[in-house]
Amino acid sequence: MTTSQHEISDEIAKIQADSPGGAPLLDFAPYRSTTLRHPTKEPLHVDPEGAELFAPVFGHSDVAAVESDLTLQRGGEPIGERIRVQGRVLDGDGRPVRRQLVEIWQANAAGRYSHQGDQHPAPLDPNFTGVGRCLTDDDGWYSFTSIKPGPYPWRNHHNAWRPAHIHFSLFGTDFTQRLITQMYFPGDQLLALDPIAQSITDPAALDRLIASYDHSRSEHEWLLGYRWDIVLTGSHATYLEPSDD
Amino acid sequence: MTDATPGQTVGPFFHHALAFPGDSELVPFGSAGSVVLHGYVHDGAGEPVPDAMIEIRQADASGVVPRVGGSLRRRGAGFTGWGRSCTDGAGHYWFSTVEPGLPFFAVTVFARGLLDRLFTRIYLPGAADAVDGLVASREDDGRLRFDIHLQGPSETAFFRFPRT
Repeated sequence: MTTSQHEISDEIAKIQADSPGGAPLLDFAPYRSTTLRHPTKEPLHVDPEGAELFAPVFGHSDVAAVESDLTLQRGGEPIGERIRVQGRVLDGDGRPVRRQLVEIWQANAAGRYSHQGDQHPAPLDPNFTGVGRCLTDDDGWYSFTSIKPGPYPWRNHHNAWRPAHIHFSLFGTDFTQRLITQMYFPGDQLLALDPIAQSITDPAALDRLIASYDHSRSEHEWLLGYRWDIVLTGSHATYLEPSDD
Repeated sequence: MTDATPGQTVGPFFHHALAFPGDSELVPFGSAGSVVLHGYVHDGAGEPVPDAMIEIRQADASGVVPRVGGSLRRRGAGFTGWGRSCTDGAGHYWFSTVEPGLPFFAVTVFARGLLDRLFTRIYLPGAADAVDGLVASREDDGRLRFDIHLQGPSETAFFRFPRT
C-alpha cells in the first residue's frame, strides 16, 4: 500500500523497454494482483477441434432490444454525461461478426459500480446499474446508449486511479475468439499511469482500446458519440477456406 | 490479418453483469442424465480464487456441438452446449450438464488479476489421447471434478491456438 505512483510508473517503464508486445503481459508485477495469478509455463500449442471450432450462439430470445440502453433501465434518468458508443465487431480477416452477443458493464458517473464489492465512498445512482447487452447486426455493428463512467480509486498502490472505462465481453464465430477487454476514452491522463492498461506494452496496441470521439454520432442537445471497433483473432474456418469471400 | 484488439482483465466487478439465472445449468440440476462438473480455482499459493469466471463449450451426449441460441434465457430452450459459472467465496465453480459425446469440455478462464483469458480443456475420465493433467476425476457420487491452478506446482496446462 505504500508503493507510490512514481515507483509503479518506473516499474512499468522498465518492463515496457524490455518487452514491447501487443497482448497484455500476464506476468506484470505493477498490477499487483497478477503476482500469484499468472501461469508460468509456456502455453501448449493446440489445434482447435470439436467444440473449440464453434462459438456459442445467441439470438433475440436471449437479449431484449432495451438492454442496449443503460439509461432506461430504472424509473428515472441516471446522472452523468449521456453518451452513445457504437462500432463494429470484426474477425481477424476483417469480416463482420454477425448477430453475436456483446455484454458491457461500467461504473456510474461518480466512479462507483453497482456491485456489493465496490466500497469506494462515491454515491450510487439509483437509476443506473451500468449493465448492458446487445446483439451485433448483419454488418457487425453494436450500439449502446449510456452515461460516461467516472474514474475510480483502487488499492494497487498509493493514490491509484483507474482511467474511465467500459468493460466489453465478446464472442466470435469460433470458441477460440473469446475476448473480454476494456474500452477507454480519448485524452484520459490516467491511462499512462494505469498498470492494467500499460500491461499492453506496445503503445499502438493500447491505442486499439481507446475509442474516438465522433461528432457525427453526437445528437443535438442530447448526447455525445464515440466510435470503437473491435477486432477478434482469426477464425479457424476462414483459415481453412481463404477463398470463401 | 488485422491486429487483434487486446484483452484486459475481467476485474472484480463483473458478477452483476455476467452472471444470470441458470448460467451454470446447461441442463436442470438433478435432471435425468445430468452430471455435475465442478472444481476449485487456486492461485499460485494454493489459495482459492473467489473472483474467477469459468465458461464451458461442449458437444451434446451424441457428439454434436449445438449451434442454437437460448443460453441466456434457458427456460424452455434446448441444450445450447455453453455455460458460465462465477466462482464463489471458496473458489468453487460448478456446472450441471451432460457428458459430451466428444472427449472434452472446452474451457475459458477469467479472473481479477488475470490480464487476459486462458483456454484449456477438461477431458472425460478414460478419454483416449487426453492432454496430460487435463482429465477430470470421477467422484464417488458420480460428479466430475477438475481443479484449475493458475500457477504453482500443479499449474494447469493452458493453450495457445493458431491465429490467436
